[in-house]
Amino acid sequence: MNENLRSHIIELFKSDLRIDGRKLTQYRPITVETGVIKMAEGSARVKIGETEVIVGVKVELGKPYPDMPDAGTIMVGAELLPLSSPNFELGPPSIEAIELARVVDRGIRESKTLDFKKLCIKKGEQVWILLIDICTINDAGNLPDASSLAALAALRDMRFPKVNGDTVNYQEKTNKKLDLKNSPIAVTVVKIGDKLIVDPSTEEKEALDARLTVASLEDGTLCAMQKGGDTALTAEDISKMVDLGLEKGKELRKLL
Amino acid sequence: MSYSKRADGRKFDEMRKIEAKAGVIPNADGSAFFKIGNTGAYAAVYGPRNLYPRFLQNPKKGILRCHYNMMPFSGKGNRVRPGGSRRSKEISLVTGKALLPVLNLDEYPNSVVDVFIELPETEAGSRCAGICAASMALADAGLLMKDLVSAVSVGRVDDRLVIDLDAVEESYEEGPVADIPIAMMTNSDKITLLQMDGLVKKEQLMEVLEMAKKACKEVYDIQKQALKDKYKVEKQVAGEKNE
Repeated sequence: MNENLRSHIIELFKSDLRIDGRKLTQYRPITVETGVIKMAEGSARVKIGETEVIVGVKVELGKPYPDMPDAGTIMVGAELLPLSSPNFELGPPSIEAIELARVVDRGIRESKTLDFKKLCIKKGEQVWILLIDICTINDAGNLPDASSLAALAALRDMRFPKVNGDTVNYQEKTNKKLDLKNSPIAVTVVKIGDKLIVDPSTEEKEALDARLTVASLEDGTLCAMQKGGDTALTAEDISKMVDLGLEKGKELRKLL
Repeated sequence: MSYSKRADGRKFDEMRKIEAKAGVIPNADGSAFFKIGNTGAYAAVYGPRNLYPRFLQNPKKGILRCHYNMMPFSGKGNRVRPGGSRRSKEISLVTGKALLPVLNLDEYPNSVVDVFIELPETEAGSRCAGICAASMALADAGLLMKDLVSAVSVGRVDDRLVIDLDAVEESYEEGPVADIPIAMMTNSDKITLLQMDGLVKKEQLMEVLEMAKKACKEVYDIQKQALKDKYKVEKQVAGEKNE
């Protein structure tokens, strides 16, 4: 990170401004489109400023885990495609991609928005597996918030395909949707110097001291968190970050 | 039996609906989106940039690397497992060969131009869509080019020669089928990609090449217009700011 740019970012914060002209707790414009991929059972495209991700859901029939014979499951994958940033490289998923996928996964899984038991077709033998894949089109910062918003929008968009015996007929979708109980929304709060901001741009992401992704539900319950960054946080910091995460979570939820 | 009417009602020399847009990925040096029917392709160009490890460098000229990849949810059937297949590697290779003849990388020794092609939706003709998008992205990146590359698949379905086979035609079972993806440098009438699987006679192949020439010209016009449109939009935005 360029030290001069970092001190410029911190200097601007004193007058409640950011290098792209935003207020500290202001998101860039967000758009959510669903049904963008015909081949997927559910899909969504989310743009936050110049950041763009596509999430697609494919469903497969499979055997349940032996310890959960009456429950289906989800799998979240993230591809930081080299097409979307000069910093991403070809090859197996990077550690950042794995973290992103797991943070999105936890937000959905732990919110209990999906009843995995309803994904069971025949106990011990056949269950639905939802394969949720995140693909980045352009990374201009804040992939976690864009990805989890897109994942939730794609799940809401999902329709089950027809089943003929043991095989899925992907050509025909039914009207059956997923029964989603609530909407977990992730907000990443970033600490730079002694200020807190949301929706970091590429430069702000590079300058951050610490970050906290807070996934929350409508009623203010927290359902997943992830701290990142190289510096430590105080309990007071965390309290403020969670408050900001909850407040912004409400704003984002209105977009769905 | 003869193939008298196309499944989706198109004329035999009619392509599916095409959409093209340049400059869709702000991070890239050049980028484009190309969609034909339900097959869509993003392409991003990064470079010319330094190439590491150094033993890959060519001190005489820059090199072109292409990478074709289907997104996990892009197929009609099961999820496509990420990480590349033998098929995607081969397509990456032939895509590079299809694009190289229009480039002049002599001025960029030891460097690389990376082209990343990603397909969010695929339903027949994905390599051709990828090549069309990549060619536009290279132009959008401002690289010196002799021509644009335009691509289309031409084929034989039973007793008919058809342009731009769709998924139903590719798997037609009542008679012989041949799928022939072709990429052309439209202004110089040269062919940079030719693959074929299926059964054709030589006379049919020569006719296919003539049909491809005409179709590629149509694709070329759409690509060219999309590249121009990018600047039209930017002008308007700049104008608004001045007011």
